[in-house]
Amino acid sequence: MIAYLVRRLLWLPFLLLIIAFITFALGLYGPGDPVLVMLGQHANPEAAARVRHELGLDRPFLVQYADYIWKALHGDFGESLKYRGQPVGRLIATRLAVTVQFNAVVIAVGLATGIPLGILAALNRNNLIDYSIVLLTVAGISLPVLAVAPIAMWFLAARFHLLPSGGWGGILSRRIIMPTLVLAIGPAAVFVRQTRANMLEVLDQDYVRTARAKGLRETAVIVAHALRNALIPLFTIFGLMLGGLVGGGIITESIFGIPGIGRLVWDAFTARDYPVIMAYTLLVAVAYTMANLFVDVCYRFVDPRIRYG
Amino acid sequence: MAAVEKAEQRQPWREFWRRFSRNKLAVVGLVLVFVMFFTGIFAPWLAPYSYTDQNLDAVEQMPSLAHPLGTDELGRDQLSRIIWGARTAVIIAPTATFFGVSLGLLFGLLASYYRGWVETLIMRLADILFAFPGILLAILIAATVQGRIEAWLKGFEALEGFVKAGFAQVLVVIVALSAVGWPGMARLVRGQVLALREEQFVEAAWAIGAKPWRVITRHILPNAMVPIVVSVSMSMGGAIMAEAGLSFMGIGIRPPTPSWGALIIDNYSFWRSPAAPVLLWLPALIVGAMVAAFNFVGDGLNEALIPG
Repeated sequence: MIAYLVRRLLWLPFLLLIIAFITFALGLYGPGDPVLVMLGQHANPEAAARVRHELGLDRPFLVQYADYIWKALHGDFGESLKYRGQPVGRLIATRLAVTVQFNAVVIAVGLATGIPLGILAALNRNNLIDYSIVLLTVAGISLPVLAVAPIAMWFLAARFHLLPSGGWGGILSRRIIMPTLVLAIGPAAVFVRQTRANMLEVLDQDYVRTARAKGLRETAVIVAHALRNALIPLFTIFGLMLGGLVGGGIITESIFGIPGIGRLVWDAFTARDYPVIMAYTLLVAVAYTMANLFVDVCYRFVDPRIRYG
Repeated sequence: MAAVEKAEQRQPWREFWRRFSRNKLAVVGLVLVFVMFFTGIFAPWLAPYSYTDQNLDAVEQMPSLAHPLGTDELGRDQLSRIIWGARTAVIIAPTATFFGVSLGLLFGLLASYYRGWVETLIMRLADILFAFPGILLAILIAATVQGRIEAWLKGFEALEGFVKAGFAQVLVVIVALSAVGWPGMARLVRGQVLALREEQFVEAAWAIGAKPWRVITRHILPNAMVPIVVSVSMSMGGAIMAEAGLSFMGIGIRPPTPSWGALIIDNYSFWRSPAAPVLLWLPALIVGAMVAAFNFVGDGLNEALIPG
């Protein structure tokens, strides 16, 4: 177990080095010039060259890369090119706080609706309730946010003025309701589908029959015996969603005007603000890898049958 | 005698269809897929107007006899633009899927065939691409190759028209989606091959002296086909959704080339307008319906092709 953990963790630095390399290369050879974005398209070539030199952008690729890695190892992710003078670390931390809060609410709402609906569907196997829930789930998994958002906004904001169309005022503000409603559909549908499938499988198991045979009340059978085992596989999805917490939807945050990290990255991309893009990519890669590791390790405790070599 | 033989003959296609059509949603999905391909292929004959025809005397009109789905802010016929959007989808979805799947198949087979450092290299590369935020990678790749592809196509004078018709943008989207799409397929293929190589029929093939490549292509791959076919169907829907996402970010298909993604983006500012249902929801729902349709077909294929 320890050896397994160490092996997995040792891979992380290499992963980050390569990801940084790819992003760096795409940034350098990609279109657009951050200096021209800063100074305007018709900037004086001499001024542009001076700024480029000041920023160290005229050095060879590998030197810039090595310099970046060296500073990043010391916790310095450079300065944003768009917001001059702002360290990327602080810029990201502020936006990250918004994204994490928002995504946490979305996942919580997804869990709170998905699991009960999944149980309900499983307990009503193959009747009208089950079919309606399954159909809703299918729609929820297929419909992209890009499709649901305008419809929800039209009805709830434009037509009937029930809710603000988005924006950010913290998790207790009314503004969060609309984006949450739209975004929680996906996770909720995933949870419904998994809970239903797992419940159906578990309800056929011998130990559930045993529990019934010894005369337990149906609620006790379902809650204590079936549900406990049915929820274990959900842990994986939940864990990976936690990893996605920091990602932030580049598209969704733009649609709903949430000043999170996705929005930051989008702005950074249009301004060719590569220090921000670099830091974001590394952050997401770390979160993704750690979430995977966390799920694998925790699984061992939740499901003692699993062993890692 | 002949009648008996006929009755005993296996009819794989009929059997397949019998099992596939048990899943009603899969049939609905298949119909939608056919409609999309039909509309896309015959767009020039189906569309009442050209997708660029502007009628500035009739902008932002509600549906009427002349314009069944109304017109947009430049007076372009919405129905025609949706029909032409199907053509873009019909080009992008199969091509991006084809390249993504071929790359994934190739890398997955190479990894499971050579094992050792080849496998380590390929699977680590897949790990890296997985850890990359997907849409951002697609955006970065698209932005990087865009200028190059356009410049390259301009080198061929005969292709001038293609570039003007938005062909370069389509190519950019295809490159980006294939680059992001292959690792999933590579993992799937490798997993299948590694599981199958322990099976007895593979051992038997080795025993009669079959060459490795033959064992893989003739014995292992056909048995790994079901999950691959299913995932091909699902990634077609994924490609349509991803194109919409890229276009939304201004990277994919840009006006005036019509694509469903571009239609959503073009008309996003109409979200509070009374015309929103036709201008904005309709393309958005079509994207959703096509994603669902390809998923249904995938589910149906899965049920129909797995024995038992």
